[in-house]
Amino acid sequence: MFDFSIVTQWIHSLLTSFLPEEVAVFIECVAIGVCILLGYAIIAIIMIFMERKVCAAFQCRLGPMRVGPWGTIQVFADVFKMLIKEIIAIRHSDKFLYNLAPYIVILASILAFSCLPFSKGMEVLDFNVGIFFLMAASSIGVVGILLAGWSSNNKYSLIGAMRSGAQMISYELSTSLSLLTIIVLTDTMQFSEIVERQADGWFLFKGHIPAFIAFVIYLIAGNAEVNRGPFDLPEAESELTAGYHTEYSGMHFGLFYVAEFVNLFIIAGVAATIFLGGWMPLHIPGLDGFNTIMDYIPGFVWFFGKAFFVVWILMWFKWTFPRLRIDQILTLEWKYLVPIGLLNLLLMVIIVVFDLHF
Amino acid sequence: MEIKKPTIKGIPYEEWKNNDYLEDMVRQLNENGTNVVVGCLDDLINWGRSNSLWPLTFATSCCGIEFMAVGAARYDFARFGFEVTRASPRQADMIMVAGTITHKMAPVLKRLYDQMADPKYVVAVGGCAICGGPFKKSYHVLQGVDKILPVDVYIPGCPPRPEALLYGMMQLQRKVKLEKFFGGVNRKQDKE
Amino acid sequence: MITIEPEKIHKALADLRSEGYDFLRSLTGMDWGEEGLGVVYHLGKTTTGENTVVKTATLNREHPELPSVCDLWKAAEFNEREVYDYFGIRFIGHPDMRRLYLREDWVGHPFRKDYDESLNPLRMTNEEPDDVTHHYEELPDGSVIKKREVIFDQDEYIINIGPQHPATHGVLRFRVSLEGEIIKKLDVHCGYIHRGIEKMCESLTYPQTLALTDRLDYLAAHHNRHALCMCIEKALGLEVSERVQYIRTIMDELQRIDSHLLFFSCLCMDLGALTAFFYGFRDREKILDIFEATTGGRLIQNYNTIGGVQADIAPDFVKKVKEFIAWLRPTLKEYHEVFTGNIIAHGRLDGVGVLSREDAISFGATGGTGRASGWACDVRKRHPYAMYSKVDFKEIIRTEGDCFARYMVRMDEIVESMNIIEQLIDNIPEGSFQEKTKAIIKLPEGSWYSAVEGSRGEFGVYLESRGDKYPYRLKFRSTGLPLVSIMDTVCRGAKIADLIAIGGTVDYVVPDIDR
Repeated sequence: MFDFSIVTQWIHSLLTSFLPEEVAVFIECVAIGVCILLGYAIIAIIMIFMERKVCAAFQCRLGPMRVGPWGTIQVFADVFKMLIKEIIAIRHSDKFLYNLAPYIVILASILAFSCLPFSKGMEVLDFNVGIFFLMAASSIGVVGILLAGWSSNNKYSLIGAMRSGAQMISYELSTSLSLLTIIVLTDTMQFSEIVERQADGWFLFKGHIPAFIAFVIYLIAGNAEVNRGPFDLPEAESELTAGYHTEYSGMHFGLFYVAEFVNLFIIAGVAATIFLGGWMPLHIPGLDGFNTIMDYIPGFVWFFGKAFFVVWILMWFKWTFPRLRIDQILTLEWKYLVPIGLLNLLLMVIIVVFDLHF
Repeated sequence: MEIKKPTIKGIPYEEWKNNDYLEDMVRQLNENGTNVVVGCLDDLINWGRSNSLWPLTFATSCCGIEFMAVGAARYDFARFGFEVTRASPRQADMIMVAGTITHKMAPVLKRLYDQMADPKYVVAVGGCAICGGPFKKSYHVLQGVDKILPVDVYIPGCPPRPEALLYGMMQLQRKVKLEKFFGGVNRKQDKE
Repeated sequence: MITIEPEKIHKALADLRSEGYDFLRSLTGMDWGEEGLGVVYHLGKTTTGENTVVKTATLNREHPELPSVCDLWKAAEFNEREVYDYFGIRFIGHPDMRRLYLREDWVGHPFRKDYDESLNPLRMTNEEPDDVTHHYEELPDGSVIKKREVIFDQDEYIINIGPQHPATHGVLRFRVSLEGEIIKKLDVHCGYIHRGIEKMCESLTYPQTLALTDRLDYLAAHHNRHALCMCIEKALGLEVSERVQYIRTIMDELQRIDSHLLFFSCLCMDLGALTAFFYGFRDREKILDIFEATTGGRLIQNYNTIGGVQADIAPDFVKKVKEFIAWLRPTLKEYHEVFTGNIIAHGRLDGVGVLSREDAISFGATGGTGRASGWACDVRKRHPYAMYSKVDFKEIIRTEGDCFARYMVRMDEIVESMNIIEQLIDNIPEGSFQEKTKAIIKLPEGSWYSAVEGSRGEFGVYLESRGDKYPYRLKFRSTGLPLVSIMDTVCRGAKIADLIAIGGTVDYVVPDIDR
């Protein structure tokens, strides 16, 4: 398995060979920042294209076909258009907060994005409370959405924002509980460590029933946290026209749009890392030959393969189910998912204490 | 750099019905000339705009059902990149006035148009939106949306077939390709 | 037809109401010129199916006043507002005497024969919502006073849904007062697509009027035109051939399937299940192909004519229809798997927006909405026309009255429609498809009413002729107007997401409401 840290270390040593340490680190930080933004944009474009094609396939359609081969550069056309589209200043809106809101959303999304371990040695933010940081960073997004809804001076936006506030904060609980279940099993919060511990089998298989329950809860709650269907109440198109971003145009709307898709990827990426082994290849204890062959497949292929598989499942949900109602969404969370999550956590603790896992 | 004749993939240039009108537009735009770099950027922007025309979900009557049919499986305007119908006018690029516009609706439509962000285009779909159609004699029907909005493309029919709608959308794409974003005026204003 | 003085009309109607005439089928405003302004009431008994027609007129053209019958039938609420809008007749005791369709600053009343069109140029100013209404009260001494009433308070949280909104199915507008997500009150504003079809008909010859009926409720184009053709044929005393009856019936049923498929699609889209929307549209295209082969039109077919149909059926019509039915039956199962069985769909539809049977009758909410509330109101069964007396089909009735019942009634009606078509399709008799009519059709003096079962309720045509080649007054009983008038009753206490579900299942088509 190729360790990406060899490359980063080589660059670091190259830079320090003719530059003072501080300058080298500064240059590296900037370079990494640019890389993250670039990666973020690429992922967003891939996700949007995937969404269009996947939903078209579900709906007996073709999806984008005319721009580029099989419509592959359709999204670039959208990006160019969006970049030069007018940004409307709304009268009677809170100008500062109105302009700030999309950036808060995108900032939270980028912060969370940079926590993901893409391949062996290819982690940007990797420290001992990684999961904790990711949860904290991604929950800033709700502030942006609330601000967007409040500052637009539009009643639809306000209702959308209130809905998303209630929904995202509630579902944060379930995502955290299901992640906590796995943390009990791993006794670490560091992403690279978590992946390393799955070398002899992914947690979905290692953790018995509670891991599986946690995985299902995580998928449901994660889907709800990024406001995707069937939990897309905050922007419920047939109820609130466009929800909290009704008044946003041009690139400001584009930022919300992009953040929604990348957040979905982040949820899928975290699920892939925590439950499906991240960049760790499929290892079956005992079959050494098989394991060696699997190791030849590079880590980032494993990671993206797993992540996009989860994304595909979530898209399947979105295009199949009708939308829930706000009271039903909260009932589902507080009456079902949270109690089940708590019991599940207890079960996992018992399993760990009596050493019943594989 | 000159603005070229607008073409659409897969359809020979000669088969379009309104070439002289667009050629006249090209000639007018080329009169002033643009420098090469800016012209290239213009081409890129026009390519983006013309391939990503997001319609506003707006329909008043019969033509709206045909508009939905264009979006549905058989005709599927997503192939052209039009599928992201936005319900909020702020995020839409064009408004398809599908159906009769009455006197009570006219100010609302104008307001919707004003709420849209530039660049914005208007397509008048069906006889009612073009001139009042079968309701020309009515006391409460606007005799054509071009009385209140600048219309880019007219699609006749009552209601127009989905193929006609697609043809009209492609005509709009051709027209969008004839624009200057950097420098130069797009349209000669009539003296008033 | 009974004529009653305006002073006694309320008493007389109250008597009829207590006799069992609980269904106000239609309330038509009239301008009889010399004989004054008045109203024609079409009443029905839901128990026995008896009908009666009552009319009244007032000679005062300056301030015409009639007593309101809102207290007897709730359907009168919107219909009387319509009459006030068209003719300026004030209804004493009506709680909300605003214009229904036209703008508040409209001058005059367009349906009066002496209306001057030049008074109303296009106004491009935005209408300011003032949320104030007024009503007229009669004092004991006989004088009438105007009283102001506030609909929404200043401090209520009001959101405006429509006219441009993806879930209103056109340009309907609701003003909704909310408490959190719960709807406290709902105020319907119509008229954004009021095209004045009835008024236009008064200056068109009879064959010309047919063209406009298709554009009323474009998802029931055949039914609407069928009703008007029947009414004119009744007036002319013209019998159409059996072949025409067969074709009309089959076409009506195909149109019903088409409309119900679109209902399914749009309901699913409103509830957020977008994929089901595409399934419905995919299958609907197959019906449109059949229509197109025979009539030349997809959505609007212009097929029925006075005394027959426009053209004979296409040579492969029978084969195509059979193929389609064979294909739709298994596909319906797929629909039920995708949407009906879904737990979220049940959660969104079960027990939401319950309409009681009494309310359904009182509002005159016919069609699938009425039948879901347990009211057997199918015109095809009550007053059979065309071939319906000869075919065997079930009237789908459910008693829950909630959104799910309304949804299921329509899904089951698709199956019944297919049964009807299957009974007829093989035995279409030979014969002419068009009776000979005169080039200029003149109807004798008199008035006629005929009704068909449209896609979403009873569609009636009331025709009054004075022996001319133009109708003196042509009134269409809208199927959608009673359906929107129930919205306030049904939506109170529901959530804002339920409003969308209710609107989707009640299934109104806005151009049909506004006409």
